[in-house]
Amino acid sequence: MLDNLTGRLSRVIKTIRGEARLTETNVQEALREVRLALLEADVALPVVREFVARVKEKALGQDVVGSLTPGQALVGVVHEELTALMGGPSATLDLAVAPPAVILVAGLQGSGKTTTTGKLAKLLLDGYRKKPLLVSCDVYRPAAIEQLATLAAQVGADFFPSSTAEKPLAIVLAALDHAKRHYHDVLLVDTAGRLAIDEQMMSEIAELHDALKPVETLFIVDSMQGQDAVNVARAFSEALPLTGIVLTKLDGDARGGAALSVRQVTGKPVKFAGVGEKLNGLEVFHPERMASRILGMGDVLSLVEEARKSVDVDEARKLAEKVKRGKGFDLEDFKQQIAQMRKMGGLSALVDKLPAQLAQAAQSSQVDEGRMRRLEGIINSMTPQERARPELMKASRKRRVAAGAGVTVQEVNRLLTQFEQMQKMMKHMQKGGLQKMMRSMRGMMPGVR
Amino acid sequence: MLRLFKNSEPGDKPGWFDRLKGGLAKTRTQLGGLFAARRIDESLFEELETALLSADAGVAATEHLITELRKRARKNRLENAEQLKSELHELMVEILSPLEVSIDCGAHRPLIIMVAGVNGAGKTTSIGKLTHLYQRQGHTVLLAAGDTFRAAAREQLAEWGKQNGVTVVSQQSGDPAAVIFDAIQAARARNIGIVLADTAGRLPTQMHLMEEVRKIKRVIRKADEHAPHHVWLVIDANTGQNAVNQVCAFDEAIGLTGIILTKLDGTAKGGVVAAIALARSNQASAQADRGTRQSKDAPVQPIPIAYVGLGEGLDDLRPFVAREFVSALLD
Repeated sequence: MLDNLTGRLSRVIKTIRGEARLTETNVQEALREVRLALLEADVALPVVREFVARVKEKALGQDVVGSLTPGQALVGVVHEELTALMGGPSATLDLAVAPPAVILVAGLQGSGKTTTTGKLAKLLLDGYRKKPLLVSCDVYRPAAIEQLATLAAQVGADFFPSSTAEKPLAIVLAALDHAKRHYHDVLLVDTAGRLAIDEQMMSEIAELHDALKPVETLFIVDSMQGQDAVNVARAFSEALPLTGIVLTKLDGDARGGAALSVRQVTGKPVKFAGVGEKLNGLEVFHPERMASRILGMGDVLSLVEEARKSVDVDEARKLAEKVKRGKGFDLEDFKQQIAQMRKMGGLSALVDKLPAQLAQAAQSSQVDEGRMRRLEGIINSMTPQERARPELMKASRKRRVAAGAGVTVQEVNRLLTQFEQMQKMMKHMQKGGLQKMMRSMRGMMPGVR
Repeated sequence: MLRLFKNSEPGDKPGWFDRLKGGLAKTRTQLGGLFAARRIDESLFEELETALLSADAGVAATEHLITELRKRARKNRLENAEQLKSELHELMVEILSPLEVSIDCGAHRPLIIMVAGVNGAGKTTSIGKLTHLYQRQGHTVLLAAGDTFRAAAREQLAEWGKQNGVTVVSQQSGDPAAVIFDAIQAARARNIGIVLADTAGRLPTQMHLMEEVRKIKRVIRKADEHAPHHVWLVIDANTGQNAVNQVCAFDEAIGLTGIILTKLDGTAKGGVVAAIALARSNQASAQADRGTRQSKDAPVQPIPIAYVGLGEGLDDLRPFVAREFVSALLD
């Protein structure tokens, strides 16, 4: 796990703590760290240079407010600038033309164009209440057209069939005509992946653009892309008047510096973020979260959202109430908690979203499915009274429960100890919040090693 | 030079090496162009650093290369930039040579090769090209459509199969492990030499999918206890520093024996190879620093690069040859 930028900066700036201002001398080395952090996050070098210069300009002479260290103050500036750079005009689809509104999708091979087209269709159907028509003019990659046809069927959108024997231009013109005659609101055009240096292919897509006059031309960018992102984005934006960017595969663990490079070069907003392979995995892009992610500060907000999605909200609220009161948290609740955790698909997937420091604390905590199931089994073998009042559990009850769940008495004991610790942790949580909880989590949550 | 000839087979139009050079042209002008008629000074090292970073070599690998180069420049009393360039050439060959590997296709029958990678890296396309390559070498090939998840992945593989005239074993949205198991049985029954097993694209953060790929490997082992004989990770050469994460995560899950680097025909890239080569040795030295015994006794081998892929043509996949690659990158 890469070091958090805040952590790195604080090491550099330790020597100059106590200075009240950020000055030329005390930011010099710190800016070097900023530069390295951005490079490690795959932000393209020219973009890094420009950005660091901007940060320097902003940071110099700034007062170090209150209890902040100069390092923290600088990270604040960096984060602000990064967010500002990545934000911009609101990121929605602009469909205000006489239908059909055409959306053209372009990008490198394997960047996720076809999947994104499918996701866009779903969004148009459910979110915008529009009637989209999908067409693929990828006559090069084997089965690309079938892939889009399958996706269209999955989301329940209309699909305009095409074949590899046709010319892309002929396909899209026929599709446009079809969309007009069948009153489709939107025509979604998926294109073949192409290299920015392939002149023939680039002029092909420019031709498509001229013929279609799309209201939206979306550039699809793989969030794992490296330094070349800057060249690719430049070439695409020179060949095509882009209107927006879609950042894909953001559920991976890449820091996603390409987002910044592309944003900077094209000057166009990032409209959506693609996460996961499910067709509802097209999300609104959050510049601030992306800034944190690039800087290695983790994505706590996304974590919270993910947790919210998979946890039954009502039950969680009830539980939270109990936690707040600090008592009444019994084994029945403990069981529910285990079930909730299993639903979340284990903690380890979430660890990547944590800031570096927390992730270190939570690292190697892996949820053991089998053990979780056994814990549930033990609680299921208890009577309601026993679940409500765990202190009832004495030797003979323990023996009975152990026999019922098919485990040893020791395991029942371990569960009870864990439960006690859990209760203690609940009290901690009232005082300290998430950070404290993560620190004390290891060994306390069921099945977490 | 001999190696070069071995790999550029007769009948290659433009020629593999020229196409590789073409693919890395942008990097070469950035990197090789630095050294024209100048003295060795601080600004040269700075520009070199810039060029390496821009080629995705990454901060750690770039620092390593620059430091080593400075050391050698001092030690060998190098004077002009040309000499430094040949020193860099040597250094990169030293670093990349351990990544070479020769694949013995006749070692087992059927030879079972499992291919994995993130979404959109080029797994299925690479399998199509490998099929072509192995057929040209006179082997029989069978494809297993283990990507049962993505829409039309089966059809894509079937298309490659049709083009090459080989059998593709697939099932309607079945269990990927079962499909591959069946394919291995089919290959035995038909006395086929090589089984190429495709898998669905997955990101290392998707724990359940990483578990699935582990299971696929376990099930392959049930079909043949020595299999899979090769486990290859396909990496898109456009990938930035995440490539190193990908290598580590997939290696931990399924124990990689090689890497296929695809889409080298873009513009500024190729440096990621150095990042991959050095990532492991850095890990090893970190372990040695911490005093872990075993890493001293047995130096950690980097995961070799089995093949590099250029374009979308059937011939555009070849074994990785360090000297050839460095030449394409520098000269």
